[in-house]
Amino acid sequence: MQAEVKSNDQEVKHAQFSEFVSFTVAGQAFCLKITQIREIRRWSPVTILPHAPSDVLGVMNLRGAVIPIYDLSARFGLETTEASERNVVIVVSSDGKPVGLLAESVSEIISIDPEEIQETPPVDSRNTMEYIQGIISHDETMVRIINLDAVISVPEQVL
Amino acid sequence: MKTKVLAIDDSRTIRNLLAATLEEAGFEYVSAVDGREGVDMYEDVAPDVVITDINMPNLDGFGVIEELRGTDINSKVPILVLTTESAPEMKARARNAGATGWITKPFDDASLIFALKRVTGAAA
Amino acid sequence: MAGSIQDTFFEECEELLEATDEGLSAIEGGNHDPEVVNAVFRAVHSIKGGAGAFGLNELVAFAHRFETVFDEVRANRMELDEPLIQLLLRSCDHLYNLVAVARDGGETDQAHHDMLIEALDKYIPEEEEDLTFEPMGLGGPIDIAAIDIPQAPTEETYQIHFRPLKDMYSTGNEPFFLFQALQEMGPLEIVLDDSELPGFDSLDPEESYLSWNLTLTTSEPRSTVEAVFEFVEGLCELSIEGAGDADADAAALAALDAVFGSAPVDLTPVAEPTTMVEETTTPPFEQPAPVPTPEAQPEASGAKPSAPKAESTKSEQRGPNPTLRVDLERVDRLINAVGELIINHSMLAQQIANLDVADVRDVETELEGFKNLARDIQEGVMSIRAQPVKPLFQRMARIVREASSATSKTCKLVTEGENTEVDKTVIERLADPLTHILRNAVDHGIESPENRESANKNRIGEIRLSASHRSGSVCIEVKDDGAGVNRPRVKQIAIDKGLIPENAELTDSEIDNLLFLPGFSTAKEVSNLSGRGVGMDVVKNAVTGLGGRINISSTPGKGSTFTIILPLTLAVMDGMVVSVADQTMVVPITSIVETMRGNDDMINNLGADGTLLSIRGSFVPICDVAGALGLRKEDNDRPPGVYLLVETETGQRSALAVDDIHDQRQVVIKSLDGVCGEIAGVAAATILGDGKIAMILDPESILATSPTTAGAFDTERRMSNAS
Repeated sequence: MQAEVKSNDQEVKHAQFSEFVSFTVAGQAFCLKITQIREIRRWSPVTILPHAPSDVLGVMNLRGAVIPIYDLSARFGLETTEASERNVVIVVSSDGKPVGLLAESVSEIISIDPEEIQETPPVDSRNTMEYIQGIISHDETMVRIINLDAVISVPEQVL
Repeated sequence: MKTKVLAIDDSRTIRNLLAATLEEAGFEYVSAVDGREGVDMYEDVAPDVVITDINMPNLDGFGVIEELRGTDINSKVPILVLTTESAPEMKARARNAGATGWITKPFDDASLIFALKRVTGAAA
Repeated sequence: MAGSIQDTFFEECEELLEATDEGLSAIEGGNHDPEVVNAVFRAVHSIKGGAGAFGLNELVAFAHRFETVFDEVRANRMELDEPLIQLLLRSCDHLYNLVAVARDGGETDQAHHDMLIEALDKYIPEEEEDLTFEPMGLGGPIDIAAIDIPQAPTEETYQIHFRPLKDMYSTGNEPFFLFQALQEMGPLEIVLDDSELPGFDSLDPEESYLSWNLTLTTSEPRSTVEAVFEFVEGLCELSIEGAGDADADAAALAALDAVFGSAPVDLTPVAEPTTMVEETTTPPFEQPAPVPTPEAQPEASGAKPSAPKAESTKSEQRGPNPTLRVDLERVDRLINAVGELIINHSMLAQQIANLDVADVRDVETELEGFKNLARDIQEGVMSIRAQPVKPLFQRMARIVREASSATSKTCKLVTEGENTEVDKTVIERLADPLTHILRNAVDHGIESPENRESANKNRIGEIRLSASHRSGSVCIEVKDDGAGVNRPRVKQIAIDKGLIPENAELTDSEIDNLLFLPGFSTAKEVSNLSGRGVGMDVVKNAVTGLGGRINISSTPGKGSTFTIILPLTLAVMDGMVVSVADQTMVVPITSIVETMRGNDDMINNLGADGTLLSIRGSFVPICDVAGALGLRKEDNDRPPGVYLLVETETGQRSALAVDDIHDQRQVVIKSLDGVCGEIAGVAAATILGDGKIAMILDPESILATSPTTAGAFDTERRMSNAS
């Protein structure tokens, strides 16, 4: 937040920077815009939803609201995460309804110049194309920007 | 002292319209939902002017006028009837019962205030 | 402001339309009580009045016709015969449409509109037929609205002679207020003529002796000057003379005069008063204050209004049935807060139980009190949301009328238990399924009048819609006296559509319930009524979405009955907390007949994987809950030893096998809507004392999905809920 305030005071060029939170999922680096994230919580065991697909871990109590928790790794077609206390749940908003996304760990907050975002090169993985909005290079590593709408749109017929 | 209006109408919409216009114009506004309630409230409220609908359950507007005019002490309070009837006989009937004047629905702010001005002297 | 008043108008319209509908239905039922007739008249009149305020001209015009016809009825000039009642009912339906269009936009069915207008006009007597109602006109010969229009910027001086007759005072009109109004238009000279005032001894307090000569110089048009005297026309001698327009005056006043017929308006210039007393006006009689004091004008225009809100609210509440209109959201916030309070209570109770304290009895007593209070608050809050089903039923009466005329059948809807109160949300969400059931009943249930006659039935089909409370549930029943379900055909269709195997052996009840299967529609061709691309499965989904159950029973030739059982509240229920495959779950208490711990002796195998539990000599199928929910894949996991005996709507018993039973408590229902899709076997979720979420199970649906108990379609059973 502070960085944002500062950037407003500086030159116009800097005002375009957006802040992203980067985190790892199955060893790969991903990020979400900081404004998309409501809060980040430590993992605690969830309540299983019967007959749910493997990428739906279950539901969790977030201050009296029942929110679904998705395993990002499974959703991206990577291996399912064995959730433990070291993992985090990133709470995001979908149409005003909170949804939790399980990630391995949160890395850092990074500032991204929108002009540096590259389109996702075509690769032979449908999930990737669908869920990744673009990529950027940060500290020599590739960070994948998640298309949040695609990730949290519940494929209802699966349930 | 604000001029106090007692409005008697069974339509919530009309009551709200009157309240909005009159309060905006600086009148004090009190309402009753039918004629019976209006007459019952009259003494407590002691309004400077009464605006009453004609078609109402429990006691209609003519009944309100008759009851208010029937008591000596109230005989001079201005009473305006609200009527959708543009028909002259409705106004004549209201006047014969003792109404001071009338407001034809739908009314605009200006005609409402103008009517009140002519019977109470109060102007917005 | 205007927007919110318009909202009020539409809200009120709903009520007025319901009142109209109710009144007309009573009239249709033979109740021609004048009060009923008056109530309908007033309701339509109020709709017209409100609609006029918002310039909803189409609505005004239609309501006016309705009102005009009904006024004839009210005045006993017209007989309320059956065709007229039907026309009025349809007109009432159309009023609903017009209001809806005014509120939500969209198109009115113009042909239908014109047809109704034409039909109504036939009832309007000759002399009124040409009466064109101008909704925004102020009526009368005096156009008050003209005061806003600065037509004549040039100044003119008017000589006004004004002599009140004694009747003027009895109407509450005071000359001074009129003068005051004139004074605002420009310089006004007021000359009192008291020459006729008799000596004190012979003064009649009721008589009027005074007259005034006024000189007004104003740029306002003449019509505005005249409008000031609108209320006293006929109650005074009045002449208004501008510079050389006496002829126009006479014409204008003649028009005014027409209003009051033979009213004694003096059109000729009044004879000069014998004495002219030059003085500023002194009030007559008891009038104490001089006219233009600042006090007489309480608020300058544009002054900030300090609205006496409290007073008007108070007076609004003085009716015989004081009510308070509250934003639904506020009530829901309260309901949520109470829900949290109950969760909070169970959390506290659990933590106190976990404390290793020797004597917690006092705390427990207090906690018990806490719980009772929380329940009281909850009941109170829930009752705020409860509403009678009457408006819903009235809407259904319209649906039946529309459906009847669309199918050329004659049906009447009989309603019972209209005052049964149900949660507002339930009422709202019940409208669509009920509409569908009723359309279906008219379209498929009721036979044509000819067929009914040949079957020795009344030509008029009867559909009975009833609501009642039944042991903590609400029961809504739609019963028609039609042909009943055509079972051979239903079965054949189900087979043709591959919904059931060709050799399926089904009971009658199972065949009837095939109607609820997705993709089932018996209409040979899509009729323009019930075949709107939705089947009864949609109805069933809507009902189960409310935590309810729907069931059909039918007797060939006699008719069908749809029974909808709904929970009384959507917020809380009493549940049995159980363990299933390491998960804590809740089973609605109302579905449980008894709980028991079983041993191996009680378990009997039947076939390859069927197991039966023997209870006091009878055998009931066992359903392993973990297996049914897909939480235990391995078959060799022996079913656990705790059973919940449940009974389905049709009386069939089953034993739900769970790992353990903990306790019984009230739980707050948290909908899984929007969290995930529909889950077989799960009705909703709740939050337990430890903050964990637990699934609330739906025994009915568990039995239907379990391989050991599934197979029967008629496992309809009332959804459990809190009482």
